[in-house]
Amino acid sequence: MIFGAILAGGTGTRMHVADLPKQFLPLGDKPTIIHTLEKFLICPRFDGVYVGVHADWLGYMEDLTSRYLPAEADRIRVTAGGGDRNETIRNIIDAIEADHGFREEDVIVTHDAVRPFVTLRMIEENIDGALQYGAVDTVTAAVDTIVVSQDGMVISDIPDRRKMYQGQTPQSFRISVLKQLYQSLSPEEKSVLTDACKICVVRNYPVHLVEGSYTNLKLTTPGDYKIAQAMVGGDAL
Amino acid sequence: MINQVYQLVTPKQISVKYEDLTPGGGVLVRPEYMAICHADQRYFQGKRDAKTLRNKLPMALIHECCARVIYDPSGAWASGRRVALIPNVATAPDSVIYENYRRGSYFLSSGRDGFMRELVELPAAQMVALDGITPQAGAITEFVSVAAHALNRFDRAAHKIRGRIGIWGDGSLGYVTAGALRRQFPDARLIVVGHSRRKLSQFAFADETYLADELPDDLSVDHAFECCGGEGSYAAIEDAVRCIEPQGTLMLMGVSENRVAVYTRMVLEKGLMLLGCSRSGREDFLRAVEWMKDPVFQRRLSAVIWETAPVRTMEDIYRVFTEDMTTPFKTVFKWEL
Repeated sequence: MIFGAILAGGTGTRMHVADLPKQFLPLGDKPTIIHTLEKFLICPRFDGVYVGVHADWLGYMEDLTSRYLPAEADRIRVTAGGGDRNETIRNIIDAIEADHGFREEDVIVTHDAVRPFVTLRMIEENIDGALQYGAVDTVTAAVDTIVVSQDGMVISDIPDRRKMYQGQTPQSFRISVLKQLYQSLSPEEKSVLTDACKICVVRNYPVHLVEGSYTNLKLTTPGDYKIAQAMVGGDAL
Repeated sequence: MINQVYQLVTPKQISVKYEDLTPGGGVLVRPEYMAICHADQRYFQGKRDAKTLRNKLPMALIHECCARVIYDPSGAWASGRRVALIPNVATAPDSVIYENYRRGSYFLSSGRDGFMRELVELPAAQMVALDGITPQAGAITEFVSVAAHALNRFDRAAHKIRGRIGIWGDGSLGYVTAGALRRQFPDARLIVVGHSRRKLSQFAFADETYLADELPDDLSVDHAFECCGGEGSYAAIEDAVRCIEPQGTLMLMGVSENRVAVYTRMVLEKGLMLLGCSRSGREDFLRAVEWMKDPVFQRRLSAVIWETAPVRTMEDIYRVFTEDMTTPFKTVFKWEL
């Protein structure tokens, strides 16, 4: 089976534009997370789409899905997120297993709630890639030169830009692979490795690339949010 | 959800419009394969007059497209089914005037966004099933339906002597129209007139082919289809009017941006009927799909389909339009944006 996992655990501390966590801020005429969720729900290959939100916002999220997506209630499951990204994914996997049991070949497509510009093509290629390879990450080739500085004062390295990519989401995995790798981590590693693909990389599990897009913006700062509003022709808060 | 619409903003410049698409009861489809029409190419190259460009752009191009059904709230269309999209949208019923000529009708890719979009929502009646038809052929269903429309009107209007039918134009429109005539009027002799020996050689199913500048003086046809358009319109109409027998019908199918002089003395003398045909409607799509299910017709169609690499980026959109300028027939591509 194939599952979507929308990660919305954050409480929006970086945004400063409203009390609402950033994934709930309106984009055009509806909350950002609803745009994201709608794009996942139109992909008929998903057996269910799970939304991991901070425990304080569970009721709010359920209200939103009832209001905006009443016809899709049986495909959406809202679950409590965890302390960090990987914990939220783990909680979602637990919920999937509670609902559907465990199958070796099951796939999870994880995605930031605050990336509403994701396209169906990216989602489809994530599913195909996860089924074929076990782990895929969505990336775009770096446009700017990447500069490394160990101390934040002087350049320590300038890697070859042709080999540099910027990581986006979706990130998708065979659930069995991700669980096995996550369980192999020590508590210290878990606290450092907050990116699911990085868990695969440090355990030498190959993560294949899916082509993302510069427009697959992550709405993290007030500036991102203004750009996104301009893109959809909406009014900024 | 946020839908991406790839619009031509000025000639040779594409930009993405992000629109909030809230499914409103129509069928949601994902474009699968597209084909470029001369009309798209004229917009892309800026070969329409400045006022038209100002009025119609920005606009997503492409009106020849097959798609996969994503979701139909009515349940009439199963998810995953391949369909051809009908770009002509009628706004009012009429028992006399065809929907493609009806006042109030509009056309997706002429003043409204065409199919270069991530997702398209259309009423269920704006699509026809393409079961058993390859997506490459399915992409040009609209193109075939234009020939279906012309043949339908010809059959209703032209007198019944149909021993010799002329087709002026050796491009893709001429080829598809000739192929349709071969299928619908198997006993008629088909005479194709063109400018390129190489293109004319594709018309293996025609009975006679002639270069336009080597037309026999005594060439005669009962009826003719003009499939040239553009600069070629004048010469094609001139020759066709000369060659048609009295009371014949000349079907005008090629688009010309310029006014074309017609030798009306001869039109009047012979009592000819000049019948303009453009675009198509749902009935024509259904007829086109029936034809395309015929393996012989589908094989013939494949001879004029040039499939180029899939479109995955904005740069690919520029590539397919540029490549289309260098191929003699229909450029078809998979849509992966």
